[in-house]
Amino acid sequence: MKARVHVTLKPGVLDPQGKAIANALHSLGFDGVKEARQGKVIDLDLDDTDAEAARARVDDMCRQLLANTVIETYRIEVDP
Amino acid sequence: MKSAVIVFPGSNCDRDVAVSLEQTTGRPPVMHWHADPALPEDLDLVVVPGGFSYGDYLRCGAMAAHAAAMTGVRKAAERGVAVLGICNGFQVLCETGLLPGALMRNRDLRFLCKDVHLRVETTDTLFTGHYAPGQVIRIPIAHHDGNYVADLATQCALEDEDRVVFRYCDPAGKVTEDANPNGSLDNIAGILSEERTVLGLMPHPERLADPRLGGTDGRPLFASLLEALS
Repeated sequence: MKARVHVTLKPGVLDPQGKAIANALHSLGFDGVKEARQGKVIDLDLDDTDAEAARARVDDMCRQLLANTVIETYRIEVDP
Repeated sequence: MKSAVIVFPGSNCDRDVAVSLEQTTGRPPVMHWHADPALPEDLDLVVVPGGFSYGDYLRCGAMAAHAAAMTGVRKAAERGVAVLGICNGFQVLCETGLLPGALMRNRDLRFLCKDVHLRVETTDTLFTGHYAPGQVIRIPIAHHDGNYVADLATQCALEDEDRVVFRYCDPAGKVTEDANPNGSLDNIAGILSEERTVLGLMPHPERLADPRLGGTDGRPLFASLLEALS
């Protein structure tokens, strides 16, 4: 079973890299970009067969390691 | 004073801090390998040194926070053993939850390697008794992720409980935006735990603790520890 974890900065946490990306897009002429926020994607290949159990396990992984919940939030997609 | 320095793969200031500790205390620290969960007995101080533990994979300090040795560090901290985290060590202590907040990418996205000025905000600590309150010191920084962030509740607690130990300032001791090298909240360079026994700071006192290295402003930190813990 595959799972994909999206880790992004919490709203309100300043994202200097996202800001630099937005500035670069503006300089390329993409004036419509109001804001850019950078995050990361972590793909996991799991031996679980039950999607709900997998989701619970990945949630535990996120809280313990994959995300720093002081500054980041995460979203889990499970693909059975 | 018995001390230990944790050595992770990628630590690169472990020897520097060992030299500073030996110079000050006359006793070399135990160099403790990351894979060993059992720290030496009767420790007075544990240092989590600077460097790039585990190549800064995932987030700075995230991997090291789960190293076996950190189990021992956490237990030691719970017993009241003093813990000093410098640079990457500060990041590791935040990741373990021994210190609040987090360290993000520098405001200007650049790796910074230079001397900065710090104002000593409190001397009511095991770590700063040998400085004068408000003293301005010159200490090097060398980091890419030193931008301290914390939520409002943490920010208030740090202020109200006198737990901000160092702030970036100009040479005259003024805490200004221009003197803030990395965008840290309220120019914060170093903080204490609630129990005041854990200090994390981004600047490197061990790199300016010997006249042959161009300055000794870092030395009182080690002298303070020696006096407080002996």
